[in-house]
Amino acid sequence: MSEVTLDNDELWISLRRHTQARIGLGRSGSALPTRHRLELQTAHAAARDAVHSPFEPDTVAAGLAGMATVRVRSAAGDRLTYLQRPDLGRRLDPTDRAHLPTGEWDVAFVVADGLSSRAVHEHAAAVVRETAALLAGWRIAPVVLAEQARVALGDDVGAAMGAEMVVVLVGERPGMSAADSLGAYLTYRPVPGVTTDADRNCLSNIRPPSGLSYEGAAVKLAGLMGRGRELGVTGVGLKDESDHGDVSGRLL
Amino acid sequence: MSYTSTLGGERHRFDSLARLLAAASPERSGDHLAGLAATSARQRVAARWALAEVPLTTFLTEPLIPYESDDVTRLILDTHDTAAFAPVAGLTVGEFREWLLTADSPALTAVAPGLTPEMVAAVSKLMGNADLVAVARKVRVVTGFRSTIGLPGRLATRLQPNHPTDDPAGVAAALLDGLLLGSGDAVIGINPATDSPKAVRELLELLDGVIRRYAIPTQSCVLCHVTTSVDLMERGAPVDLVFQSIAGTQAANASFGVTLGLLDEAYEAALKLERGTVGRNVMYFETGQGAALSADAHHGVDQQTVEARAYAVARRYDPLLVNTVVGFIGPEYLYDGRQILRAALEDHFCGKLLGLPMGLDICYTNHADADDDDVATMLTMLGVAGASFVICTPGGDDIMLNYQSASYHDALYLREVLGLRPAPEFEAWLESMGLLDERGGIREVGSHALTAIGKELAA
Repeated sequence: MSEVTLDNDELWISLRRHTQARIGLGRSGSALPTRHRLELQTAHAAARDAVHSPFEPDTVAAGLAGMATVRVRSAAGDRLTYLQRPDLGRRLDPTDRAHLPTGEWDVAFVVADGLSSRAVHEHAAAVVRETAALLAGWRIAPVVLAEQARVALGDDVGAAMGAEMVVVLVGERPGMSAADSLGAYLTYRPVPGVTTDADRNCLSNIRPPSGLSYEGAAVKLAGLMGRGRELGVTGVGLKDESDHGDVSGRLL
Repeated sequence: MSYTSTLGGERHRFDSLARLLAAASPERSGDHLAGLAATSARQRVAARWALAEVPLTTFLTEPLIPYESDDVTRLILDTHDTAAFAPVAGLTVGEFREWLLTADSPALTAVAPGLTPEMVAAVSKLMGNADLVAVARKVRVVTGFRSTIGLPGRLATRLQPNHPTDDPAGVAAALLDGLLLGSGDAVIGINPATDSPKAVRELLELLDGVIRRYAIPTQSCVLCHVTTSVDLMERGAPVDLVFQSIAGTQAANASFGVTLGLLDEAYEAALKLERGTVGRNVMYFETGQGAALSADAHHGVDQQTVEARAYAVARRYDPLLVNTVVGFIGPEYLYDGRQILRAALEDHFCGKLLGLPMGLDICYTNHADADDDDVATMLTMLGVAGASFVICTPGGDDIMLNYQSASYHDALYLREVLGLRPAPEFEAWLESMGLLDERGGIREVGSHALTAIGKELAA
């Protein structure tokens, strides 16, 4: 048995306080010890399940405590289509678009399954409730629960409902260390096909207790919404106070 | 000009060279997304029959993207070396495939400046995965900075100690882990969480300090935007390699905030620093299929051909390293392990044929249909194909970019099964640090002098 187990070495225990990276795993020959191989597969399975778990609008609606909801689907009919055709995930199913209520709303919240319905089931309702509680005087549209939906679906929804601002809460691409991370995207007066990602503000990694808390997300979001409304703009024209970094040096 | 072929009595017509290339490409989700893919398996093969008959010279007279409107096209045609092209100038794409399979290494090296990205992309569409391995294996591209990359029988690795908040102690811990597993001879490269010059500079200084203190024959890179690097070099920051993501059209590069002029400026500035010891290759480029489509800047050219055009941009700057981040963007471009493997082999083949030191980030995201067995398959094939380097992360899990890549352990596996060794300067350093065992493998150590790297920063 040539395995050197570094796991419990004091040095690695102290170093692991500074990073979630899988360091000091030890070796069996050139390969990982069995326990770490299985731990990686466990994390991968959780991430895969997060991607493929079906969206349950009822779960979110139940968590919204009395707020009105309306359900829509994107033009991507199933998960396989959704994963390969981002263009369809950004557009509403035409029938569902026709059923959306219109009104003089200041903001519409859209809860979109994105790439992790688990993130949405666990966190979206709480973020909507906490944010709405900070929006005294805002006319809030019925919460839209959208299936097979990408961020830009909010443009279609906002335009169809006549809402001045749209907040999309979406399940982020799951990593192996975080399969339940929620993102929030804020857009002022979205126009489908015209609005770009540069017109949005983003809060990501909403995922208590490891990531941003509900209260923290709500305060930041409501703050951005207030200033966005005053300035009449979101995106690069509105300072993003999110402390989460971007990856602009990297191919995206 | 249109192209036609008749297959089983059915006549197929392709309205342009770009449509022909796209239809001849192996199936991938990105070409479907762009509306460019063959509409049937029969049409795909018919396109290949027609493509096999196209003379290589056609690619010099029929640009896929107009010369007037695209600086990458201008770069490709203006720098084409007619003398180097001569041995293959009379061949069709189909004959070129057979020439490549029979040519020896010196012939492949000599012809490189005479080849254009469109020619190598075209011939790759007629090749099987084994062909792509067999030809790429014969091509050796050797570059150097403080270590020598690309020698026969060697495989270098990028040590990637990313951290979601760039915490120095967290980075140092991951750096130590990689070094103790024999990684880092291609580059110690961090994807920073922000592009702020201050944050980038702190990471550069951290890496430079470790490299100097332990006299490690390698180079560092903090993968920021090229303009940030230029700014930092002007202020005297310890920049070894200038990094940039590049793509195969002027418009796609514009979406990265990059022009050829900016790259020229950065290249000149980095050369002037004279920080290399064994060579003067100072650039590090990343590419990947899907980038041009994602930027809506593909001009109706298929995903793989437009990717190969990015290598023409890279070639202008004699880079130390070029890698394709093959499965990074997601399943809308490469759907599963099979498509990612094919793309990896194509990218490596095309880059090598054009004279580049090609490495790979063999990776996938969790929404693609792939897993660690696909990484093992790709590693093994790319190792046989003679890849210059691969990117490695702790446990194969990048906690900053949320994707899976190869691990340091994977690199050990590949070196072991194929008898590959690290870059010679780095190998000598590993030996001097007592990290090599009697068979040339990486010794398994619990405590080591290098652990001071982690201890101090974690204290």
